[in-house]
Amino acid sequence: MSHKNVVSLIKLKSGQSGVVVGLEAGRGATHRLESMGIRIGKNIKKISGMFFHGPVMVQVGHTQVGIGYGMASKVLVEVA
Amino acid sequence: MKKVLLMGNPNVGKSAVFCRLTGVHVVTSNYAGTTVEFTKGYMLLGQEKAEVVDVPGTYSLEPTCKAEEVACEILKNATKELVREGDVVVNVVDATNLERNLYLTLELMEQNIPVIVVLNMWDDTKHRGISIDVEKLADWLGVPVVPTVAVTGEGFSKLITQIYKARTPMVRKHTLEERWEDIGKVVSQVQRLEHRHHTLLDIIQDLTIKPLTGLPIAAGFAYLAFKLIRFIGEGLITYVMQPLFDNFYTPLMMKFSLLLSSWPFWHDVLIGKLIGGEIDYFQSLGVLTTGLFVPLAAVLPYIVSFYFVLGFLEDSGYLPRLAVLLDNLMHKIGLHGFAIVPTLLGFGCNVPGILATRILESKRERFIASTLISIGIPCAALQAMIFGVLGKYGGGPVAIVYTTLLVTWIVLGFILNKAIPGFSPELLLEIPPYRLPPLNILGKKLWWRIKGFLLDAVPIMLVGVLIVNIITVLGLFESVANLSAPVVTGLFGLPKGAVTAIVIGFLRKDIAIGMLVPLQLSIKQLIVACVVLSMFFPCIATFTVLLKELGLKAMLKSMFVMITVVLVVGSLLNLIL
Repeated sequence: MSHKNVVSLIKLKSGQSGVVVGLEAGRGATHRLESMGIRIGKNIKKISGMFFHGPVMVQVGHTQVGIGYGMASKVLVEVA
Repeated sequence: MKKVLLMGNPNVGKSAVFCRLTGVHVVTSNYAGTTVEFTKGYMLLGQEKAEVVDVPGTYSLEPTCKAEEVACEILKNATKELVREGDVVVNVVDATNLERNLYLTLELMEQNIPVIVVLNMWDDTKHRGISIDVEKLADWLGVPVVPTVAVTGEGFSKLITQIYKARTPMVRKHTLEERWEDIGKVVSQVQRLEHRHHTLLDIIQDLTIKPLTGLPIAAGFAYLAFKLIRFIGEGLITYVMQPLFDNFYTPLMMKFSLLLSSWPFWHDVLIGKLIGGEIDYFQSLGVLTTGLFVPLAAVLPYIVSFYFVLGFLEDSGYLPRLAVLLDNLMHKIGLHGFAIVPTLLGFGCNVPGILATRILESKRERFIASTLISIGIPCAALQAMIFGVLGKYGGGPVAIVYTTLLVTWIVLGFILNKAIPGFSPELLLEIPPYRLPPLNILGKKLWWRIKGFLLDAVPIMLVGVLIVNIITVLGLFESVANLSAPVVTGLFGLPKGAVTAIVIGFLRKDIAIGMLVPLQLSIKQLIVACVVLSMFFPCIATFTVLLKELGLKAMLKSMFVMITVVLVVGSLLNLIL
């Protein structure tokens, strides 16, 4: 797998989609992300990001989720 | 008695299912974490009465916040006791989010208790281009699966017959990875998705969440909500309650006053002082005059209008979006965006607001949020009285009170965030789709909250006025007033008489504000008194819930913060104004 297209949710642009390839958060945070449907191999689309290190909004399946900036920086996405 | 536990992810409609099964009303909304305590009700299963428990929502059986802990605790207790025949978990699943919801389903099936899966919001799957093969899903899981629409009642007769048949599935413990693998398999077999075009609703959803458009829209909504609450509240007072009292109640009380004229003690207690030979509902201070007028004519209209607007906001699904928009600001005061929900609830009544802080992850956040609510957030009853007393001087004085409270809320939050070790956890929040709230559900929720006010608050107010009158007639307030004079007169610039109001504020803040009127305070003194009363000692109901939620030690800390803040802000206002 080439890594040149892998970025975090922070770097992903609003409106862009991709596939989750890595969750680099701690065990607890990873578990919470997974139970919200954000898991490796899932399609994910960034809806928006707030100013000044605010949360990122994403869509996974039929769910929209708001993710804090720090946690979003640990979700790695391969851009489609 | 048989037990039926309703369990599922947050915001899948467990509480709506609960209302349908038991006929008991509980508050439902369109955001995760409306239920933070468990509620019990009863239903008939054939001839037999069964207990139904509405368990707080949880994504998994490994809790991440206090509300989820409550959920897991309830399940543990249910499975620890010998599972009696008929005990059953009804796992409520959001049919439009099958994959994510099934994780908890699989966990529940490993718990050695019968499980029934309810595919709720079934009607929504059709407009979203989702089709689910219910029979195949039931086969695969090995437990009954029933599609329902809780807000209309569709599918409930079938659900009730299935509760009889539920059996314990024989499933071994799986690992986390195995569960997700299983879910992937089953979802690909039973669910089909059709491509769907962007609808108008999707566009609105995007506009309200993008920062450039979302923040102005949020400010617009806040302004509209405030205007609407004022409009409905003032309208109800001017056109309904005031005429009712003037035309029907006052003549009755004047007759009663004549009757009591030879019993001055009882006249003082029940009717109070006549002002220029007439009853003045704001100044007479009798149990049957001021004691009834304040809750029914001054406060109730605002309770109605506030909860009408709040109910609409709650059920539409806007609040979680507001949480995302305000996440930045809230982090500065040691919280994250979702803390805006308990805060907004606090504007109705501090008690449900502080209870709702259970959706926050850490003890630190709950302490900060609860302390900020009890100091900086005036409840609807208190606000109604602030408008009642200050409103006649125009918008300025009211604006000063609100600005002071807001600035205190932000500055204090900032200080607490710096002073308390630890950090504020990150926001991770499911954003539900917008839904147009069904009117019957809005109406029921509003009625339930009004009833709560009438049954809980009004008796306390009547008792409060009664106690004040008896103590005043007996002259017992003198010593307390003298003792606290240095603070009240020295720092706040208020007359000694205001001590009575501050003390009675412990019972009800609204009555306390009402008691300021006969003191003939200047505008400046009224503003200081309103701010001091809003911030100072929480009313007894809030005090009890703080003690219960924070524990004695943290509650005392919170009280210490409160007293410090009220002394500083009260004296500053007295100096500046």
